[in-house]
Amino acid sequence: MPHTKRRRLVTSALAVALGATTLAACGSGDDSKSESGPVSLTYWTWTPGMDKVVDLWNKGPGKKDRITVTVKKQASGDTLVTKILTAHKAKKAPDLVQAEYQALPTLVSNDALADISKEVGDVKGKFADGVWQQTTLGTNAVYAVPQDIGPMMFYYRADLFKKYGLKVPTTWQQFAETARALKKQAPDKYLTTFSANDSGLFAGLAQQAGATWWTTSGDKWKVAIDDAATRKVATFWGGLVKDGVIDNQPMYQPAWNKAMNTGQEIGWVSAVWAPGTLTTAAPDTKGKWAMAPLPQWSEDQDVTGSWGGSSTAVTTDSAHKEAAAEFAAWLNTDHDALNALATDGGIYPASTSAQLSGAFSNPPAFFSNQPDFYTKAAGIAKTTVPSAWGPNVNVAYASFNDAFGAAAKDKSDFGAALKKMQDATVADMKKQGFGVSR
Amino acid sequence: MSTLAVRKAAPAAGTTPGAAQGPPLRRRIALVPTITLLIGAVYTLLPVAWVVIASTKSGHELFSTFTFLPGTGFTQNIKDLNAYRGGIYWQWMGNSALYAGLGALLSTAVSAFGGYALATYRFTGREAMFNVLLAGVLMPPVILAVPQYLLLAKADLTDSCLSVLLPQILSPYGVYLSRIYAAAAVPADVVEAGRMDGASEWRIFTRIALPMMIPGMVTVFLFQFVAVWNNFLLPYIMLSDDEKFPLTLGLYTLLEQGSNTPALYTLVITGAFLAVLPLIALFLVIQRFWSLDLLSGAVKS
Repeated sequence: MPHTKRRRLVTSALAVALGATTLAACGSGDDSKSESGPVSLTYWTWTPGMDKVVDLWNKGPGKKDRITVTVKKQASGDTLVTKILTAHKAKKAPDLVQAEYQALPTLVSNDALADISKEVGDVKGKFADGVWQQTTLGTNAVYAVPQDIGPMMFYYRADLFKKYGLKVPTTWQQFAETARALKKQAPDKYLTTFSANDSGLFAGLAQQAGATWWTTSGDKWKVAIDDAATRKVATFWGGLVKDGVIDNQPMYQPAWNKAMNTGQEIGWVSAVWAPGTLTTAAPDTKGKWAMAPLPQWSEDQDVTGSWGGSSTAVTTDSAHKEAAAEFAAWLNTDHDALNALATDGGIYPASTSAQLSGAFSNPPAFFSNQPDFYTKAAGIAKTTVPSAWGPNVNVAYASFNDAFGAAAKDKSDFGAALKKMQDATVADMKKQGFGVSR
Repeated sequence: MSTLAVRKAAPAAGTTPGAAQGPPLRRRIALVPTITLLIGAVYTLLPVAWVVIASTKSGHELFSTFTFLPGTGFTQNIKDLNAYRGGIYWQWMGNSALYAGLGALLSTAVSAFGGYALATYRFTGREAMFNVLLAGVLMPPVILAVPQYLLLAKADLTDSCLSVLLPQILSPYGVYLSRIYAAAAVPADVVEAGRMDGASEWRIFTRIALPMMIPGMVTVFLFQFVAVWNNFLLPYIMLSDDEKFPLTLGLYTLLEQGSNTPALYTLVITGAFLAVLPLIALFLVIQRFWSLDLLSGAVKS
């Protein structure tokens, strides 16, 4: 056997490979520049029309400070977090990134986001405490500037509620009664659906009930996805699905769009951005919907959860941290910038002063029948309770989709699904090397 | 897809002489495969039909009318797609054509060289090399996207057209197919005769072997073209500038616009429909080479 020959081949192959790595290593230059010269920043974002907003900066304050920002439009979602982390591994992440609040702990625990507390600390007062808290992760650092928020609300078909003599529920107890009352009167209609394809909805509902899924004590994480508050929410929705008084089909699918458009489903637990979704999903129902605060768990409460929303963060790979932070603060607090974000990007701003001005003085076109839409929305936004995210929200969400997807389809025990979600999340954190206390 | 059809057709043609025992039996045998193939055809064609019909619907009609009822918004959809961010869709289409066309061409050239060399020359480590290639065939390219990104990042090539082209050039499957094809289509005697007549190795390859390998190379080209055209993860990781995006990525950004903005379904569907057309055109144009392929195979056996 040509054993020696083969060995020689392996060694030479190894040598070639090693040579290639050294060569490649030579190619990577360190491009840190001094802060004095003109600075150009890249910004990964998915907000539509962001290029127009950034133009305002490049022609205005950016021109004065010689800071130019280039938008590189991305697709939103968990995949973008993976892309940022991959780029960060090669030290090639852009200067600025858009990140959903629940993605911040993942990015921070991978050391991808810079602490910009020195640069943006003074804009804290422009945001509600519960919103700002999400960008600090409960530390003294600040990892992002809030951009948009998604306070949760209850949407219902005002005309059909009137037709069936239903009252808008203010507690979850009444919500269940309303669902049953509707089912009795019109057996082919549902109040709403429990959808297992968007975990943000369930997370927001649990948050409203007082759940804190991730907490830290010392250097250990505590995961409490199956805490009493979440269990209450899961049991409530599981019961409604099991009794068949609400539907169990997932949202955003053609069948759901049809159900919303034809009035087979007459309500939707959603967030402030719902008008945009309804415009495309249920075009025939324009002007027939109304918005109300989310039902409460007890009469004397007035709180809501959040579903969606994102922030602007500066990466640790940026060579111009101060300039990037300056832009992030301008983008999310400047009056003109926020106005442009609202008209071109369709966002609902996190900055409290912007929630009632400019683009938000009139209701969305789809809700022209509710003139005080945004006044009401701003009031509801104030009642958002703080949320607590951990470093592997994506895993928790994925296991939610699997476990609750199956449970909703089979109309089986939601408690067991919740247990699965908790176990999968804890197991993944341990695997990743986080200390988990229990 | 078409090669699959070709492969399925080949054994069917082979069974014909054996099945010539009597007409009734023959008919009964043909029934099952025909039905199976018909079911397969419906299964693969139904989504295409959906895309074609859905692309004619306006946003208003998309989810409210019967699924297979053509709509009235086709021209408007095309107009909207044209107008979206100054016609960036066509830029994406051009990028896809560049990545797929040039990438497939280069990849076919590399495969032809490699496959021919592996089939004709005997040298140390040939089998080892071939086994590594075989392992490469089994490895899904998706797994390699992230390491390739890290490698190209070291060479400062990320977010450039090269970063999408380079990793696609070496296709283990292409080299594998070329070797098999070269071994079958280029007889050793012909190569030997060329050498006897004093032709250089390069001349033998370009003038004698390559023409014999053309049908196989067309297959490799098409495989690579379709693979690059449909590739998502590699460009997704490599590119951040959406002016360099291929169609797959561009359409994805239209779909995932964040929770405050509804997905641009009509644009995505119309865009997807238009994106299939070049592939169909390519298959129709290149089909004739395949009939040549079948013919040459028949002559040999």
